[in-house]
Amino acid sequence: MNRMKKEFQKIASGYQKKLSRFSKPSQNLINTIGMVLLAFVIIQILGAAGALSFSFSNLLVGLCIYSIVAVGLNLCVGYLGELSLGHAAFMSVGAFSSALFSNMMQNVIPVAPIRFIFALLVGIFFSALFGFLIGIPVLRLNGDYLAIVTLAFGEIIKGLLNVFYVGMDKTGLHFAFIKDTTQMDSTGKMILDGAQGISGTQKVSNFTIGIILLILVLLVVTFLVNSRSGRAIMAIRDNRIAAESVGIDITKYKIIAFTISAAIAGVAGVLYSHYYSSLTANKFDYNTSILILVYVVLGGMANFRGSIIAAVVLTLLPEMLRGLSDYRMLIYAILLIIMMLLNWAPAALERREILVMKFKEKFSKKSKEV
Amino acid sequence: MALLEVKNLGISFGGLRAVDNFNLTIEKGRLYGLIGPNGAGKTTVFNMLTGVYKPTDGTIFLDQNNITGKKTIEINKAGIARTFQNIRLFQDLSVLDNVKTGLHNQEKYSTAAAIFRLPVYFKVEKKMNEKAMELLKVFDLDQEAEILAENLPYGKQRKLEIARALATNPKLLLLDEPAAGMNPNETQELMKMIRFVRDKFDMTILLIEHDMKLVSGICEELTVLNFGQELAQGKSSDVLNNPLVIKAYLGE
Repeated sequence: MNRMKKEFQKIASGYQKKLSRFSKPSQNLINTIGMVLLAFVIIQILGAAGALSFSFSNLLVGLCIYSIVAVGLNLCVGYLGELSLGHAAFMSVGAFSSALFSNMMQNVIPVAPIRFIFALLVGIFFSALFGFLIGIPVLRLNGDYLAIVTLAFGEIIKGLLNVFYVGMDKTGLHFAFIKDTTQMDSTGKMILDGAQGISGTQKVSNFTIGIILLILVLLVVTFLVNSRSGRAIMAIRDNRIAAESVGIDITKYKIIAFTISAAIAGVAGVLYSHYYSSLTANKFDYNTSILILVYVVLGGMANFRGSIIAAVVLTLLPEMLRGLSDYRMLIYAILLIIMMLLNWAPAALERREILVMKFKEKFSKKSKEV
Repeated sequence: MALLEVKNLGISFGGLRAVDNFNLTIEKGRLYGLIGPNGAGKTTVFNMLTGVYKPTDGTIFLDQNNITGKKTIEINKAGIARTFQNIRLFQDLSVLDNVKTGLHNQEKYSTAAAIFRLPVYFKVEKKMNEKAMELLKVFDLDQEAEILAENLPYGKQRKLEIARALATNPKLLLLDEPAAGMNPNETQELMKMIRFVRDKFDMTILLIEHDMKLVSGICEELTVLNFGQELAQGKSSDVLNNPLVIKAYLGE
């Protein structure tokens, strides 16, 4: 069976060479972006025709948000090979910092799109900063230990945001960890109200912005992965000792990958906080982190396109099942198990490979006849 | 002065003295063998030379630079590259990318240049590709450049590991049991290749090996380790006929 598999791989690589003028990574990128754009166009057409229900069009930005964060986490899990269970926290850092910025600057920068761009940069900066700072101690660990510590850091961030109060009055900003100690004067307005979070951030992001950000994120990660730094990151994943022996600075590249991954989660957070009217830290707990991880695992390690597809399918699925009321989450779980099996059971993988080969053989015969 | 000078090297793990009072001098361009029965401490010596273990005492000089106790990456930059007893390739990278990873510190551009695809990225990548393909051609691996490293047959994986080590542009190449798991034909070919590498790249090579045919065939000088102690040292033919060495290998 193994030999057969190798034969197939040989044939497959042959086809790849014949079919594409581009090298494999850039072909992959073009396919993925093509897929995203196609989905975008179809949805726009459906929307224009009035065929989209209100609840579905409300979901669209959510699809972008979870696709983006899944792509970011795949960089960490699939390419760096380190399991992070705290990525929702980086999302919340991006969400809260950008929403704070937007609320503070509402009067200073009145043009919403420009304010959003700055808010995006603020969100990216702070989530990257947190990724970097947390990465320094965390990335000294490996495997399970690292996963547990990221989980802990995620909960710490959530806990701190839950008791963090920010108010603004004429004299400026007031920060506090207890509500009554913000020392604002009577004209003051609470921006971040502890566990109540931030509400009333102006809704700026929409589906188009989500798609644009998703494509930008895809470009960044694909360009990173197919480069000197990307090879170093994957070398660390494949064999740490060998990577060191060829002179790769393990800590440096681990932190680079982790920071960029956190920054991408931050982008998703910014999109979130500028779409949904209320923002609370409890939304970004370990449940969300694990949900994102499920997208990555179902979509495939080191496969950005898979992450996007999995994120979209698994975000839509609960909504589709809404009619089943009480049985909804049960059916959802069963479907998840079935999808995992069909996607990743070794026997299913082999069967699929053989089918693809047969299909390609037929295809090539036909094209020869023509 | 010699390329590699090791003086009084020793290491203890807890109460165990794994290597004791080890001396080694290798002139530039030599093919040097390090042999000994199982558990003699050969790989431990390699691990000290490459910074995986910090020696408890002694000094290591490479080309008159003191590299004792430095980190693996610094030692690699100073000019020692190695292969491993159990092959350690980057399995999920292509053959070409494995060698390009070896070029990591030879050809550089920043992460930002990669993300924004600055002109320097294309320039350096092109140069990397050329250099890597050149190396792969030397090892007859250029046809397999796009294949994943894990899909290569065993013998070619060994070759790829040597190619990757050479990509780091070392002064001294350490080979840890390069013939392990090879049949006699493959071993013959490997011997030719090691000689070829020495001549073509003007390389100094230190190798650990169990295969006596290979050792006596290509090594000019030998050191024999036994229980972490140096047993004999000198010209290959002299060492292999040394009664002490024969006793260590075959018993009394």
